[in-house]
Amino acid sequence: MNEPAEIQFDHVHYLAPGGAVILDDVSFTVERGTVLVLVGRSGVGKTTILRLINYLLIPSAGEVRVEGRATREWDSIVLRRRMGYVLQEVGLFPHMTIGRNIGVVPRLNGWPEPRIQARCRELLELVGLDPSTFEGRFPHQLSGGQRQRVGFARALAADPPVILMDEPFGALDPLTRAELHREFRRIQEQLHKTVVMVSHDMGEAFALATRLGVLDQGRLVAFDTPEKVARTGDPRIRMFLEAMPPVPVIPSESA
Amino acid sequence: MNLLNFWIAHRVDMLGAVAQHLLLTLVATIAAIAIGVPLGIVAARRPRLGAALLAFANIAQTVPSLAMFGFLVALPIIGGVGARSALLVLILYALLPVMRNTVAGIQGIDRAAHDAGVALGMTPKQLLLQVELPLAMPTMVAGVRVAAVVGVGAATIAAAIGAGGLGDYIFRGLSMTEPTLILAGALPAALLALAVDASLGWLERAMTPGAAGSGRVTVRALTAAGVTLMLIVMGSVVVSGRWGARVIVGSKNFSEQVILGELLAQTIERTTDLRVERRLNLGGTFIADQALRSGAIDVYVEYTGTALTAIFHQPVSRDHADVLTRVTAAYAETGRTVLAPLGFNNTFAILIRAAEARRLNLNTISDAAPHTPVWKAAFGYEFLEREDGYKGLVRTYGLRFAETPHVMDLTLSYRALAGGSVDLIAGEATSGLIKGLDLYMLKDDRQYFPPYHAIPIVRTEVLIAHPELLTAIERLAGRISEEAIRQMNYDVDVNHRDVAVVAQEFLDTLPQAP
Repeated sequence: MNEPAEIQFDHVHYLAPGGAVILDDVSFTVERGTVLVLVGRSGVGKTTILRLINYLLIPSAGEVRVEGRATREWDSIVLRRRMGYVLQEVGLFPHMTIGRNIGVVPRLNGWPEPRIQARCRELLELVGLDPSTFEGRFPHQLSGGQRQRVGFARALAADPPVILMDEPFGALDPLTRAELHREFRRIQEQLHKTVVMVSHDMGEAFALATRLGVLDQGRLVAFDTPEKVARTGDPRIRMFLEAMPPVPVIPSESA
Repeated sequence: MNLLNFWIAHRVDMLGAVAQHLLLTLVATIAAIAIGVPLGIVAARRPRLGAALLAFANIAQTVPSLAMFGFLVALPIIGGVGARSALLVLILYALLPVMRNTVAGIQGIDRAAHDAGVALGMTPKQLLLQVELPLAMPTMVAGVRVAAVVGVGAATIAAAIGAGGLGDYIFRGLSMTEPTLILAGALPAALLALAVDASLGWLERAMTPGAAGSGRVTVRALTAAGVTLMLIVMGSVVVSGRWGARVIVGSKNFSEQVILGELLAQTIERTTDLRVERRLNLGGTFIADQALRSGAIDVYVEYTGTALTAIFHQPVSRDHADVLTRVTAAYAETGRTVLAPLGFNNTFAILIRAAEARRLNLNTISDAAPHTPVWKAAFGYEFLEREDGYKGLVRTYGLRFAETPHVMDLTLSYRALAGGSVDLIAGEATSGLIKGLDLYMLKDDRQYFPPYHAIPIVRTEVLIAHPELLTAIERLAGRISEEAIRQMNYDVDVNHRDVAVVAQEFLDTLPQAP
């Protein structure tokens, strides 16, 4: 398994092509093995942070560093293959079976076919889907929750040190979501990836995060452990926390 | 059941025409895919360039096909007569749907799938091959489907410039006003279009992701389609027998010319070992001459007066020997050899209804001149344009008409005259319709019309390579009298007999070669 990596934002500004400020002087460090959950209103720049890490976007000022190297110094293809990316819309390839979807990155990396197939079955089991049932199906034959699991399995396929997740459990019913949260925590205990996840659900953030970042109007107004964020007196964050639905789940270790 | 009989009688020719038609469409469609898909990919990535490319393809699509063929025939190198020009036009037509659907297909794919490909670290090429093209495929196949169906239709018009195919029957049928012949070509063409549409529609459905069990079916469907296409191409090549064809006989697009072309072809086949390819029904004098100049055909029959004025733009002459000498010299300068005249003179014939001639007791054009101010006239395009045509005629005889003469297809003008919608036309002295429609030919008493003796013109190069051609063609020298050609025209135009049979029967009456 690869060493988990660390991600650094160093005074990052990002302006949209029209000139609107999306990120305004954002700095933070994600330690190896951390699960960072970014919360904030829609359009506040959460997804932009993921896209900057993946070098889908280039910072207007400042530097994004992955494993100590600025993203612009990386070969973008090499960089992206070191990160699993779970898109908000999942983005499974509709013309490929589940098996082929999961095997995409290993195949790009030139793994031998038997190894890809073994990896695929292993991952399907990991995300709680029966390999012999699901391997040969097409994305449109799956439910939303099953697609989310496959998207997660695809992100893990080449065993990348970093996983980026954009509202991966967004459009699911509460039961399925709770189930996936449990799966995620179980998997993370085994794999210890560096995870950056975007969410607008405070419950989810508190359930999964080891670090919690709060974004407001392009600025990072909080970046700390969930407990400390919950206890803060900063009115911007309090206001934000109170606007959120009630927080039902507090991780046991914070009690 | 004329039609069925016709098909049965001409099954080999029909199969050849269908094969040639398919081959034309197929090659054009494949070429359009080879060009249109890469252009479409580029256009999808660069919207501004894409807009320009699509605009060009759009314009090409809107040019009427007949105009495009006419334009291309006159162009050096890429143009000319035959399959090459036809292909060029068909490719231009097929390009738009292929390109447009490639662009639409790529731009229309699921945004999330595209983003996922990029985010997972696909290179642009991997993204194109593994995500964009497979997802765009159903849309692209739909474009190919449109291109192929349009191609089947447009390929019928390709016959106008000698590319063969089912359009040959349609054009021949039109020039003979023979509905059976038109249907004999049009019906298979329509069925072909439907079959192409249905099979590509099936392929399109098989390739749509998420369609019942796509995956492997797609591969199987593609393989099956590929094998079928290969078979059709190979079959077409064999059937149409274009490979190794030696001498190409051409003709213009009216019955007498087709008969003369067939006579040349059969004579060559009977007396030499040369293989003969027929490109009959080529269009007017201009196209036939261009074809001979460019080498698209090797031999066809021209008329001395036509050659002198329409081809070499020399002043009109009424002296037969003088015309022949000057035409022979002019052809020799342009690499072509005039062989001995066939015997008949197909001069223009000023025609009126026989009943009218009897009633008014008219024998000559001069006799008719006093009556023309209350008559309506119709002339072919060529007659109106030519040096030795309409203008000189009215000057020489002082003719005036009730209204500006109608411009009309030559064959249709015979029908218009017989039907009474016009009263005077300029036809040909050898036309079978004169007898068939009970028309009367007014004598050219002032000898206005120059002589139009039929002469075979051969490319000198070909004659040198195959001297036996000379012996073969000269067997016809002086053998075709005016009565003989008029009878053959009558058999074909009025009795609707098969050109090949009529030509064969005539050749059987000639003394056999020793």
